[in-house]
Amino acid sequence: MYSVELGADMSLVIEDPRVIEFDVQTDEMLVNMGPQHPSTHGVLRLLLRTDGEIVHECTPHIGYLHRCAEKIGENLSPPQYIPYTDRMDYLAAMNMNLGFALAVEKLTKAKVPARGVHLRVLIAELGRIASHLVGMGAYGLDLGTFSPFLYAFREREIILDLFEEACGARLTCSYLTVGGATHDLPEEIEIPDGLASLTGRKAGERFPFLEVLEMFLQWLEPRIWEYHTLLTRNAIFIKRTAGLGILTPEMAVSYGCTGPVLRGSGVDFDLRRDGEAIYTDMYKGYEYSVPVAPFADAPLEVVVGDNWCRFYVRMMEVVQSISLVRQAIKKYAATPGPVRENFKLGAKLPKDEVYLETECPRGQMGFYLVGNGDGNPLRLRAKSSCFCNLSVTDRICEGVPLADVPAIVGSLDIVMGEIDR
Amino acid sequence: MNIQQIHGVLLERFGEVAVGAAPYQATDAWVQVSADALVAVSRFLHDDPRMLFDHLNDLCGVDYLEPDPKKAAKFGHEPHVEVVYHLSSLKLRQQMKIKVLVPRWKDDVPGQLPVVPSVSSVWGIANWHEREAYDLVGIWFEGHPNLRRILCPEDWTGHALRKDYDFPLEYHGVRGR
Repeated sequence: MYSVELGADMSLVIEDPRVIEFDVQTDEMLVNMGPQHPSTHGVLRLLLRTDGEIVHECTPHIGYLHRCAEKIGENLSPPQYIPYTDRMDYLAAMNMNLGFALAVEKLTKAKVPARGVHLRVLIAELGRIASHLVGMGAYGLDLGTFSPFLYAFREREIILDLFEEACGARLTCSYLTVGGATHDLPEEIEIPDGLASLTGRKAGERFPFLEVLEMFLQWLEPRIWEYHTLLTRNAIFIKRTAGLGILTPEMAVSYGCTGPVLRGSGVDFDLRRDGEAIYTDMYKGYEYSVPVAPFADAPLEVVVGDNWCRFYVRMMEVVQSISLVRQAIKKYAATPGPVRENFKLGAKLPKDEVYLETECPRGQMGFYLVGNGDGNPLRLRAKSSCFCNLSVTDRICEGVPLADVPAIVGSLDIVMGEIDR
Repeated sequence: MNIQQIHGVLLERFGEVAVGAAPYQATDAWVQVSADALVAVSRFLHDDPRMLFDHLNDLCGVDYLEPDPKKAAKFGHEPHVEVVYHLSSLKLRQQMKIKVLVPRWKDDVPGQLPVVPSVSSVWGIANWHEREAYDLVGIWFEGHPNLRRILCPEDWTGHALRKDYDFPLEYHGVRGR
């Protein structure tokens, strides 16, 4: 069916690249890692060409979770599409909602009320904390330590409980929508069970929502430093991450890496600060810093762009997000008014096209919308950040021992739902 | 540099045959580039000290066609395929977009994919984005090191984001529609 011939320079010419087996040399082995491997964060298949323990080539195969999200988008009006964005990066659904809603607002020039903007910052940064907690816990799991995972999920559980009180869903929220948020935060809620037992309060006691949030942040903030002793400063963790999987800044930029992966390589770029006006305006008046490698407090073995830096950028971002949520609580409480400008379901999209990227926990998620005077967009493109981040694996996994492949792929913190869309 | 200045520089350097119209008033203004000059223009945009577009944010194909004959009169576009490149410069903090317009099918023979040169030698990420555009929109990227499907299985037929795409009746015994 496929032809294999000798080329002019006596090398094998294989008509179909699927027939990879024909050029495996005697000492080499092809190892399939995935698609159901626990350390691949979903259904990712890595085809490794190894010589004993050393990986010569690593070819990622993706597409196992492809759900034609872009094609579906061509047949739905933008507010109907919001639930599909939840299912892209399902660990940061709120940030995905926000990115898509902003892109639609840029296209239709819709305005968001001031209270809605502060609510968005509050929710999006809370989503970032939840997402980075999973990133941290799962990375520990990749490296063979189980306890950080349990702690991370204990904290994330409370955020999900708060999301549930806010919008009724824990994972697929569809809360931030075109023109603001679907509805305002509840006035008073029952304290989540997890938080009640952790802070020694009675289960079922009722508090104002913002007070519960503040209670949670107060409890979470000192815990971050516990994770640092558990993982970041742990000698085994440093041995497994420092100086490994080094991604140079040039390569990171050329391969379109974004988010913590880019900042871990020492490139100071964050869309919340450097992005388009429609997005940066949201964060106007907020004070925060962007953590970028190199870090003064890093262990000696650490090299800019290695696994440790990528991990540490995430941990430092959690601290920044906590401060951002605190500021957003104050601003949100001080701004009365509606949280949503109504967007009619059948509203016609103008004949225009926009592209907007936002800073999601895993990188810059972009939406490209082409309107054509119809209710549904002519083309809806979702540019995934993990897609770009994953594309460097074949470069940074070359020549590493087999056991380090999960450590490197894990440090990129990928979510397959976003890559395959 | 704003889009007007970039367009001026490109026109001066590559001429009107290579660099086409640039509608400045659009929300995200773009510069149209001919397929033949694409790699040279990309290389220039990447390397020139005034441009330094080192980051390819996105590369995607758009199929302009209205399959419904009743709506075709109001559609307002000639049937064609666009390849859209969103570029940004991390150093100079500027953005731009270039577009390559090609016919829907090469030589108007249905099934013959239109050809656009590959820019994977300029930006590394173009490699995967072009594989995706080939897979879903059906554009052949000349000079791509490994142009095969990325999201759909290798033996899938057709390109799903084409407007006249028909979902297959069955795939390996699984009923499709």
